[in-house]
Amino acid sequence: MALAQKMRNRGAADLRRRLLLDKAGSIAWSLIRGVLILGISYVILLPLLTKISASFMEERDLFDQTVKWIPKHFTLDNYKTAFKHMKYPIAFLNSAAFAVGIALLQTLACATVGYGFARFRFKASGILFALVLFTIVVPPQMIFIPQYLNFRFFDIYGLIKDGGVNLIGTIWPFVAMSLTCTGLKNGLFVYIFRQVFKGMSKELEEAAYVDGASRFRTFYGVMLPGAIPSVVTVFLFAFVWQWNDDFLTTVFLPSATILPVTLSQLGYSVSWGTGTEGATSQYASLIINTGSLLFILPLLILYTFMQRFFIESIERTGLVG
Amino acid sequence: MKLLSRFRLTLDRRESLAGYLFTLPFTIGFILFFLRPFIQSVVFSLNELVIVPKGYELHSVGFENYRYALRVHPTFVRTFVDQVIAMLTTVPAIITFSFFAAVLLNQEFRGRTLARVVFFLPVIMSAGIVLRLEQTDYMTSVMSTTDSDTQIFSMASLSGFFMQLQLPQTLLTYIMNAVNSLAQIIRASGVQILIFLAGLQSIPPSLFEAADVEGATKWESFWKITFPMLSPLILTNIVYTIIDSFTSPANALVRLIRDTAFGGVGYGVSTAMGVLYFLAVSVVLTIAIAIISPRVYYQQ
Repeated sequence: MALAQKMRNRGAADLRRRLLLDKAGSIAWSLIRGVLILGISYVILLPLLTKISASFMEERDLFDQTVKWIPKHFTLDNYKTAFKHMKYPIAFLNSAAFAVGIALLQTLACATVGYGFARFRFKASGILFALVLFTIVVPPQMIFIPQYLNFRFFDIYGLIKDGGVNLIGTIWPFVAMSLTCTGLKNGLFVYIFRQVFKGMSKELEEAAYVDGASRFRTFYGVMLPGAIPSVVTVFLFAFVWQWNDDFLTTVFLPSATILPVTLSQLGYSVSWGTGTEGATSQYASLIINTGSLLFILPLLILYTFMQRFFIESIERTGLVG
Repeated sequence: MKLLSRFRLTLDRRESLAGYLFTLPFTIGFILFFLRPFIQSVVFSLNELVIVPKGYELHSVGFENYRYALRVHPTFVRTFVDQVIAMLTTVPAIITFSFFAAVLLNQEFRGRTLARVVFFLPVIMSAGIVLRLEQTDYMTSVMSTTDSDTQIFSMASLSGFFMQLQLPQTLLTYIMNAVNSLAQIIRASGVQILIFLAGLQSIPPSLFEAADVEGATKWESFWKITFPMLSPLILTNIVYTIIDSFTSPANALVRLIRDTAFGGVGYGVSTAMGVLYFLAVSVVLTIAIAIISPRVYYQQ
């Protein structure tokens, strides 16, 4: 009896001590965690914060050791200059229309192809899907020169005579590549959609078939609407990547008034435009930084409203589990 | 009669026809816009390419372009070796960091959503052109030097800014210094963190509960449950990181290949460099998969 009582007492004391230790441990841990997260967030936000701070400074503030975060000579001239040289209003509208259109085409095309891989069994399925993975692995930098020449003298394996058609400087290379899932990171999108449609139940489809819907109708009427969250996620990623891309854009659309092109020419056009004054590299750098801010501003606004779609994206894509 | 039998397809054949139809866009795109450039890039690397009014002409030069890239070009070999070494060193760092960050962000604490928003910001922000401009930018290069005299924005002033948040100065500067050298790694880890995070959330909680009942400590259950359950995603992330690093605009070799094509020594040498880089990356990918794949734990 007494022994049992003693045991119980010791057990209670042990438990209390363990609880106390646990509590101290968890407080210490949440402190460490807080500092770590703040530090990492700081590293991530630093370039953005410095850019914002510098964008309001005059050039002389850059050399002034006493000026740190708050500009001594507050000015909006950097924005005005960058705005003007980037031809911002037109370039913005063009960029937005371009990126939305391309992202839409890519999403629809990749969803269609991904569905084909997910639902139908056919002989070449394995090989074709291996080729999709292959397009992910080959760097665009390796094939962009033949691609460029392919569109510069577009002849579809010699079908069009007289050296083919020049498609450089038009949006057709992008449209063609997006419709056929060979645009930017499209292999990845096909892969994602294959996973998504594989994970969806077959019952809905079978019900649609019983009701006499064709395969295409079933896909566009039942399956695609059912996968809307993943569709939105892929669309947003395609949009952001297309918006940010300057590699293919500056190669295929070298003189278009769209943001990646006008931004990449900004340093050049600023030092050219100032004429006799002669722009210093610091000044050009200041304008380029301000231009970069103007460039990512629409993305930041989009991200603020759609962050859930980005952050929960991987769970929607069936990439895991 | 023949026509009729062609329309009366068996279910199997209809199914496989539908499969070919749905994947037709990719098949066309692969043949027209991928396969041809891919083969051509190998052909171009063995030729000298001359633009003529009606297209272009190729003059065979054998392995001259490769010889030029490897023997004559002043910076290619150095950049190439640097880039491969950089990839080999940053990939483990990125994987370790993103694993750790995902575990951190998976815990319950106040402001978790905000922290996730910030951690994922680089995927939106420092990609493509902005990242490329930062690589060659005057202000960025000044900012990243460690000599405090030339720094426009010194660490001290920034910690002052953060001091307002009532954090102890020494702890803060220590953390900031340690973390600042990891800046590149942190900014390249956004997608990887998301993949690990999703993986963490897909581990059944019952596993941890069972381990807890059996008396396992958190440390033990981390290494015996979390780690093996996430190991397939470690492989996914390594492959993703390698691919991401060799297509990134922050990659000096990528810029060199591009500059060589436009205004440099020409298309031939540039494609030869591209082919060499592709081969190197394929070797790295194959080795990485061969080493890690057998060590991955798959459920079922």
